[in-house]
Amino acid sequence: MGTLKRALLFACVVASGAAAAAAAASEPVPGFGADWMSWRAGDDVTNTASLQRGARNFMGYCLGCHGLKYERYSRLAADLEITPEELQKYLLAPGDKPADYILTTMPAGDAATWFGKTPPDLSLMARARGTDYLYQFLKTFYVDASTPSGANNLRLDATAMPAVLSELEGLKRAVFKDEQETGADGKLMTKHVFDHFEPLAPGRLSAAQYDEFVRDTVNFLDYVGEPIQAARRALGIWVVLFLLVLTWLAWLLKQEYWKDVR
Amino acid sequence: MAPAVPPPAAKRAGLRAWIYKRFPVEEFISSQLTGYYAPKNFNFWYFFGSLALLVLVLQLVTGIFLTMFYKPGEATSFDSIEFIMREVQWGWLIRYLHSSGASLFFIIVYLHMFRAILYGSYKTPRELLWLIGMLVYFALMAEAFLGYVLPWGNMSFWGAQVIVNLFGTIPMIGPGLVEWIRGDYGIADATLNRFFALHVAAVPLAILLLVVLHLVALHETGSNNPDGIEIKERVGADGHPLDGIPFHPYYTVKDIVGVGVMFVMLAIVVFFVPTFGGLFLEPANFEPANPMSTPEHIAPVWYFTPYYAILRAVPDQRLGALLMFLSVALFVFLPWLDRSPVKSMRYRGPLSRMALAIFAVCFVALGYLGLQPAEGLYVVLARVFACGYFGFFLLMPWYSRVDKVKPVPERVVFHGHP
Amino acid sequence: MADGVIGDSQVDKSRRVFLTAATATTGAIGVAFALVPFISSWMPSERARAFGAPAELDLSKVEPGQMVMVIWRKQPIYVVRRTPAMLASLAGHDDRLKDPTSAHSDQPPYAKNVQRARKGEYLVLIGICTHLGCLPKQRFEPGFAELGADWPGGFFCPCHGSRFDLAGRVFDGSPASVNLRVPPYAFANDQTLVIGVDAANQKGAA
Repeated sequence: MGTLKRALLFACVVASGAAAAAAAASEPVPGFGADWMSWRAGDDVTNTASLQRGARNFMGYCLGCHGLKYERYSRLAADLEITPEELQKYLLAPGDKPADYILTTMPAGDAATWFGKTPPDLSLMARARGTDYLYQFLKTFYVDASTPSGANNLRLDATAMPAVLSELEGLKRAVFKDEQETGADGKLMTKHVFDHFEPLAPGRLSAAQYDEFVRDTVNFLDYVGEPIQAARRALGIWVVLFLLVLTWLAWLLKQEYWKDVR
Repeated sequence: MAPAVPPPAAKRAGLRAWIYKRFPVEEFISSQLTGYYAPKNFNFWYFFGSLALLVLVLQLVTGIFLTMFYKPGEATSFDSIEFIMREVQWGWLIRYLHSSGASLFFIIVYLHMFRAILYGSYKTPRELLWLIGMLVYFALMAEAFLGYVLPWGNMSFWGAQVIVNLFGTIPMIGPGLVEWIRGDYGIADATLNRFFALHVAAVPLAILLLVVLHLVALHETGSNNPDGIEIKERVGADGHPLDGIPFHPYYTVKDIVGVGVMFVMLAIVVFFVPTFGGLFLEPANFEPANPMSTPEHIAPVWYFTPYYAILRAVPDQRLGALLMFLSVALFVFLPWLDRSPVKSMRYRGPLSRMALAIFAVCFVALGYLGLQPAEGLYVVLARVFACGYFGFFLLMPWYSRVDKVKPVPERVVFHGHP
Repeated sequence: MADGVIGDSQVDKSRRVFLTAATATTGAIGVAFALVPFISSWMPSERARAFGAPAELDLSKVEPGQMVMVIWRKQPIYVVRRTPAMLASLAGHDDRLKDPTSAHSDQPPYAKNVQRARKGEYLVLIGICTHLGCLPKQRFEPGFAELGADWPGGFFCPCHGSRFDLAGRVFDGSPASVNLRVPPYAFANDQTLVIGVDAANQKGAA
């Protein structure tokens, strides 16, 4: 992605993040992350502004390795109310046409060599793992010298993915504590249990801005998992109402005929 | 002078008469609909037969349309499902109707079978009706299993792996049989393609034939009813059962209400919760099949989990498979295990009622346990509930015989509909 | 009559008729709505529509007198760069044409002229014979042997012998009855032809 586009993207991320984070706390609190397993993503797939930011985030930070091979740019633009000009300027990869599927340019074979695993296509990841998983995954990267990439993840231990968002989030360390536990055989075991995160270096976004970044991106992946979902729910209301009316009429008809039966 | 042109009404009657002379439409309507007398005391439990027929039609129609766009093959199946979901006009609706319809089919069939157990509908003279119904159930289970493999997601693959390997436990012929079923050394393209042919053509034809036979058998003996009384034993001056009413219009009009309620529930699922919390469409199946990576918890779809729990409760592989097959097969023997002089649970004693209640609890509990990982307390509980499950069948010749019975009335109990 | 069912005299017929009609009508409306998804599913999918997007052709590669073929919406499109001689040959045989003014044929308004084109230099046709669908062959040479000394140049369909001139207009004596069809097209610039839209920056014909 060109440096100009990258700078443009970063400026947008900061600007929108700053606007949303104005009132929120911006620094991690003590014991930060201890409750990571209960963190929940939002359920915001009708929030077009959030989806647009998420799309922009994805194209800027994820498309380099991960594809969305079942989604077309043109569908994305239509569903997210993005004009052809905006699509061309902010989202369309060079050389791609609007009717094309959103493919990553990273060759799968090379990726497997570099990372140990081919970065998976993300079209269905929100359906396969759930949005909470994705949210937790993007927020629990920590510095770990023992891995090839120098990073590890609480949600997916020994992940092959490097901490590509650390420039935005900052760097953090995971502090573990030892806990004694009685094993199945009755003997005492020491378990290495996560306790809390310690920030090491700040990123370009504040904690609240980064949180919004992740929420928007996860929201976007939720949309890509099933683009029709908003329309499906909207139509469903009418269908159920119609069927209720029909069933009520059938009920009246049945009552009328069954007066016969003594 | 030209002959007078017959008026339109007479012309229509002419067409009808032309057909009637050449095809037994009139006899069919009068014998199967307006002239088929059913007991007037049908209750809630009697909706599910007609609903099952309707869902069969739904699955056939949505299935045929899916076949127009689905491309079977290791390299194409998964992609073609997403093509249907995203790029075929209304493809997502057809797909969700089919996936939800499958689960709905089993809910309806289990309630339909429960009715038969509740009111003794498998007892004389309806044993053959019950046997044919069991064949429909077996065919349905095969159809559902085959269909689940077709999306070629990771659960499709591993579910196929586990179930096909079960056949390997058969002594002597097992391993050869497994390779023959698979058509390859592992679950592969050959397996997928033949499962497609079976799911789309062979098994649906078998199901249709069996359903026709099921209805023929039903109309031969007539329907049972919640009081377990044979209404044909008391016939009025007009030759019809005193406690019977013509199926048309009374039960056609009543069944339409049932259809409406069913469609409301189906619509709620299809439009608002199509995955039903991962029970109807499992999350692992949104990842393509990966022979190198087993999902964390392999579980069949919910309608198989009671039997799956029994399989896993037994520590020995061969014995577990045998007991699992037995747990399904035992239903077949109900007409002969049941020694009660009375058909309906309404007139049976406390032993039978308790046994049935325990069975229902065990079935549901086993179903839940089949979805959990097979470890710790879950396995212990599965063993306990499996005992309850088998006890219902194996102890029935005793408890159904010694149980107190209440006097069965001469005429059906019917208080009129408000 | 069976014991439980009352006689006709006590039945409120009109209410029954009304309720039956109301239920049946609502049910029929429901069935009509339910048919829509199934019938619509046969419409071209998004994938078909994407492949049906406008096709572009670089005209700088086309020599005068040459024809190139482009696929658009699974159809062969003939693009001929006509020389002044080829354009001149369009005159003088109107009496041998079935539809010299293209009154009965299918083309966009800007192609309803003698040359059947926006710009005379480029002829754009759908290369499907309007008889039964074969691909006509190019016979641009005037006086081509088997076609007779008065052959002005044009297209000849090998399947059943239909003949068309260098504007795709059908000759008398051909089994085809209308001129070859012209698809929507536009010039994005002097060097680029876009087939499938009437204006260069449109998304695509419906």
